[in-house]
Amino acid sequence: MTGPIVETKGLEVRFPLPTHFLSREKPMLHALNGVDVAIQPGESFCVVGESGCGKTTLGRAIMGLLEPSAGEIYFKGQRIDGMDETTRKPIRRDMQMVFQNPYASLNPRRNVFETLAEPIRHLMPEKSTSEVRQQVEDVLAATGCDPSWQRRLPHEFSGGQRQRIAIARALVTNPAFIVADEPISALDVSIQAQILNLLTDLQAERGLTYLFITHDLSVVEHFGSRVAVMYLGAMMELAEAETIFETPKHPYTRLLLDAIPKLEGGSFDKPRTPGELPDPVNPPPGCPFAPRCPMAEARCRSERPKLRTLDNGTQAACHFAE
Amino acid sequence: MAMLEVRDLHVAFPKGKKTEVEALRGVDLTLEKGERLGVVGESGAGKSMLAFAILNLIAEPGRVSRGSVTFHGENLLDLSERDIRGIRGNRISMIFQDPMVTLNPVLTIGTQMMETLRAHRRISDAEARKLCIEGLKQVAIPSAESRMEAYPHELSGGLRQRVVIAIALLTDPELIIADEPTTALDVTIQAEIMALILKLCRENDVALILITHDLGVVAEVTEKLMIMYAGKCVETGPTRQIIDAPTHPYTSGLLKALPQNAGRGTRLYQIPGSMPPITALPTGCAYHPRCERATERCKAEIPQLDGRVACFHPLNTAEEVQ
Repeated sequence: MTGPIVETKGLEVRFPLPTHFLSREKPMLHALNGVDVAIQPGESFCVVGESGCGKTTLGRAIMGLLEPSAGEIYFKGQRIDGMDETTRKPIRRDMQMVFQNPYASLNPRRNVFETLAEPIRHLMPEKSTSEVRQQVEDVLAATGCDPSWQRRLPHEFSGGQRQRIAIARALVTNPAFIVADEPISALDVSIQAQILNLLTDLQAERGLTYLFITHDLSVVEHFGSRVAVMYLGAMMELAEAETIFETPKHPYTRLLLDAIPKLEGGSFDKPRTPGELPDPVNPPPGCPFAPRCPMAEARCRSERPKLRTLDNGTQAACHFAE
Repeated sequence: MAMLEVRDLHVAFPKGKKTEVEALRGVDLTLEKGERLGVVGESGAGKSMLAFAILNLIAEPGRVSRGSVTFHGENLLDLSERDIRGIRGNRISMIFQDPMVTLNPVLTIGTQMMETLRAHRRISDAEARKLCIEGLKQVAIPSAESRMEAYPHELSGGLRQRVVIAIALLTDPELIIADEPTTALDVTIQAEIMALILKLCRENDVALILITHDLGVVAEVTEKLMIMYAGKCVETGPTRQIIDAPTHPYTSGLLKALPQNAGRGTRLYQIPGSMPPITALPTGCAYHPRCERATERCKAEIPQLDGRVACFHPLNTAEEVQ
């Protein structure tokens, strides 16, 4: 057993907010508040939470698409945060990203071959023209794309086909690690299963590791090996996928599970109290979930619970979890 | 006589100078007072088109080319623009997907609510204001009086959609048409909003047409269900029956493809291909190229809806069970 493929320690990302030029205050939006994750090779590590919880920020920080304000990021044991672009280049080959909206993530003026050849030319300049062509053809075959697509433009394809192309682009440099940010939420229901199966097959064939970012817990239950639940830039619960669905420990995880519409019906019969994400600029002093939590007591409003390991191996950041 | 009866509704758009393509190819539906109907389909299946056609809101160059929409015995498609305004937004209300687009950003919530009310009722400002505040309280908006002075951008997405629901209910409608009302919202907020819509429909005996792509949501909220594919209704009946024992291969495929219906780590059932665009429909049944039960007959002949299903080889029928 080697170490984790990706690890973050105390990762923080803050965004400065626009201020009045005379104002002395410098308000900061805390997008990530000290996040530790250790992603093991070959697993599908899922991050779930509502919009604004920091799940996309986590993925982008790991990919080096934004600079963390504090903390450390390691890839295969090597520290990669704050690295300059030249040193990072060989690492970029090994970690790639699939975005949510295949209508926005593909350049509309570039044909499929150009889209797929670009990462090889940029990140593997040693490859010859014929090697590039071969690699593009191989990845098209592996992702279920027809070789005849190469000369066509993105607008000629449906959403599902575009997402296949986007996945092919992420895989063309043979990476070991993929960040997939809501890769199926823009797709139609009958297409979602096709893309999820493709990701599962590719993982089996290539031994890929995924960081899978989603808001959809039913996908996580099927697809994930471990699940991290985030709220307001912090980790609330981290557990094996099976465990988290059978015995959720954090009240926020239970709220999320309870909100999934069930085919059996009947769970929307009782009215629910409105709950909103607190202001990320002035987060509450104690537990960030306390204002919405049915179990919250005085202690929760003053003291922030730390992530701790429970008897069943789950980690939860709640004073009352056991 | 039923409250709402839609018969053989066709919507056509011009293609080139002389030809037309049909976005809706003959849809029937019946809705009684207080009944809740779910309309499910993929993007482009014609479900929003159906909602717009019912309210005679099809924009140029599209047109309703055939069929009737009878509301309490009156064909809405024959009414003058002036007469239909007495029904649209009054006896039939609408809720659309994105509350940020539905609400006017430069008017306060109170102004917009009172405008709606006074467009349909002759009442004083003071009375209108009182009814609006009651409306906001009905959808559980905290400190309703002060929210009347708020602008839409000052409210969160969930609160905005509550305001839209309050506006839809102001005129005591008999029918609400909700087009993907929670697609832009988080799962927890979706659960709150859908639970609220369900409660209000039940309490006020309001009928609902809920347009969505989410089978879980219709299972929670509706009693009747209609599955649409390529501009036609392919299956309709009581929601519970369809979800428990679907008869159209498309419905069955959609249900089987859901991650919650598959074992962990297994491959998902997938429907091959994608829905054809309305400009390139195959001959016969529009679903036959993707259907595992398709025969020669399906390629040649269009199956008609026989009460429950439009398919020559349905599943779960009495003969098949024997």
